[in-house]
Amino acid sequence: MNKEIKMGKANLEVFSETLQQIAETNKELLVVTSDSRGSGKLVPFAQRFPRQLVEVGIAEQNLVGISAGLASTGKQVFAVSPACFLTARSLEQIKNDVAYSDNPVTLVGISAGVSYGALGSTHHSLHDYAALRAIHNMVVCAPADNVETREAVQQAAASDHPVYIRFGKRPMPILREDVPFTFGKGRVLREGKDMAILATGETVHPAMDAAAMLQESEGLEAMVVSMHTVKPLDTTLLTELGKKGMPILTVEEHSVNGGLGEACAAFLLQGRHHNAFHIMGIPDEYTVTGSQQYIFDHYGIHGAGIATAALELLNAAEKA
Amino acid sequence: MESLEKKSIEYRKRILKYIYKAKAGHTGGSLSCVDILNVLYNRVMHVGPSNFDSPDRDRYVQSKGHCVEALFVVLADQGFFPEAELENLCQGGSHFIGHPTRKVPGVEQNTGALGHGLSLSVGMAIAGKLDAKDYKVFTLMGDGELAEGSNWEAALTAAHYKLDNLCAIIDYNQLQISAPTREVCNTDPVADKFKSFGWEVIEVDGHDVDVLEETFRSLPLTAGKPSLVIAHTIKGKGISYMENVLKWHHGVPSEQEYEQAQKELDDALLAL
Repeated sequence: MNKEIKMGKANLEVFSETLQQIAETNKELLVVTSDSRGSGKLVPFAQRFPRQLVEVGIAEQNLVGISAGLASTGKQVFAVSPACFLTARSLEQIKNDVAYSDNPVTLVGISAGVSYGALGSTHHSLHDYAALRAIHNMVVCAPADNVETREAVQQAAASDHPVYIRFGKRPMPILREDVPFTFGKGRVLREGKDMAILATGETVHPAMDAAAMLQESEGLEAMVVSMHTVKPLDTTLLTELGKKGMPILTVEEHSVNGGLGEACAAFLLQGRHHNAFHIMGIPDEYTVTGSQQYIFDHYGIHGAGIATAALELLNAAEKA
Repeated sequence: MESLEKKSIEYRKRILKYIYKAKAGHTGGSLSCVDILNVLYNRVMHVGPSNFDSPDRDRYVQSKGHCVEALFVVLADQGFFPEAELENLCQGGSHFIGHPTRKVPGVEQNTGALGHGLSLSVGMAIAGKLDAKDYKVFTLMGDGELAEGSNWEAALTAAHYKLDNLCAIIDYNQLQISAPTREVCNTDPVADKFKSFGWEVIEVDGHDVDVLEETFRSLPLTAGKPSLVIAHTIKGKGISYMENVLKWHHGVPSEQEYEQAQKELDDALLAL
């Protein structure tokens, strides 16, 4: 395990703090919530900047439509709601009012993936990458840690175009502070020559654990990349990995259908790169329920599970 | 100044001209709402090509986006673009598609899916209040469109924020694509519903340009409340064989029908 990795805060808290920092100087920043200021850790924001928070009640379609209307007047809008509702119930508003009309709304999906694990499938968002990837004019980002969250929020606030950011609510370790963050560019958190693990969001940490285990027990050097931006993909990095023919394991807190893994696979295949490849994520089945960690454990999304999948991939690549 | 009545007839002639040429369009609804657009753009709203970039402009969002032919004809008349561009209506690669798009000068927001315009307008109206601006926001909706639940979310919010800078207009022609609105999913009584949501409501003749002008100039109907104007209209208004006939929702006239329609409108011009 990576004993040297120190714990940070929940990405959700960093999101809230960053918004407050921006709001201190940017009075055009508005946060729009759907009775989600508590779950979005936005109560301090609401207390400090009451004129910069618009509450619309439990009405996610309206949340996104109003956010688009606000943004059309020059406001820098963050629309905040649980990812499960934001990206399903209001998908048409995202597609038409935000993306198609190109209103600069940052859609923030809180408690994303299986963060609301025990609450069941109604509260899981395992479809959001797939749905939003298919919509033109949308950045899709899942920051891994506090550093990426802060940068993503700051860069989204400065953007003239739509952005979707999603994260969970439990404390996350600080992975690397010395690697720059830009939308669309994967962050190489660990170098390695034997294979690449491309992970996104809160699965990057267990991917780092897996790489440490592979080195310790097998002497293998696995590269780990935080693919925080699922769209646009870092095609430069993928092309390099393709040319090297490195076995690639992708990991995500999302359905295996339509997410990071399939996006990478499609790009590589169409570039005539036939890397050994495996997608880890939530399989297409009724998802088990329990804490986020319980669900990760069930599907092998932890250091040992990812290391095992990596070894199987390497073995398969050798046989081929 | 050219009378509004004359403009309305000329707009109808152009709507039919371009629909006939494109062999596509939402004929009945464009004819039912065009008097509303005529009054808004020529007498009420402070918006035009010279101030469309201004944060202080009045805003118009066409929630019933499919009746775009009426909007395009009026925007061309306002000088947003040369009318000749409408020759390309619905042609491959043209910006003049079957719904409002911001690629066409003068269009505020891309619309077309029903039930979106009111939320967008509420957002614009909240921004106006936050910035203490004087602009007004107008949105045109259909009565059939009221079955979309998102409208009622927006209606709640508009009243909650006391958006008296917002005016929704319902093109109340009582027909939708498959049948009369009352038979498809009855949205009546519209006025009572909005009143109970906290709106001020007025019902007017949606083809009486003087009444429309007086109504829009008197906004807000009540300070501290969003305004709803239920404009009683006739689908296909102005063409005898189209009025209140379902098939003209998106019917395109034949050559003979087209010529008859233009003749009826020419006769109406002469009768002014």
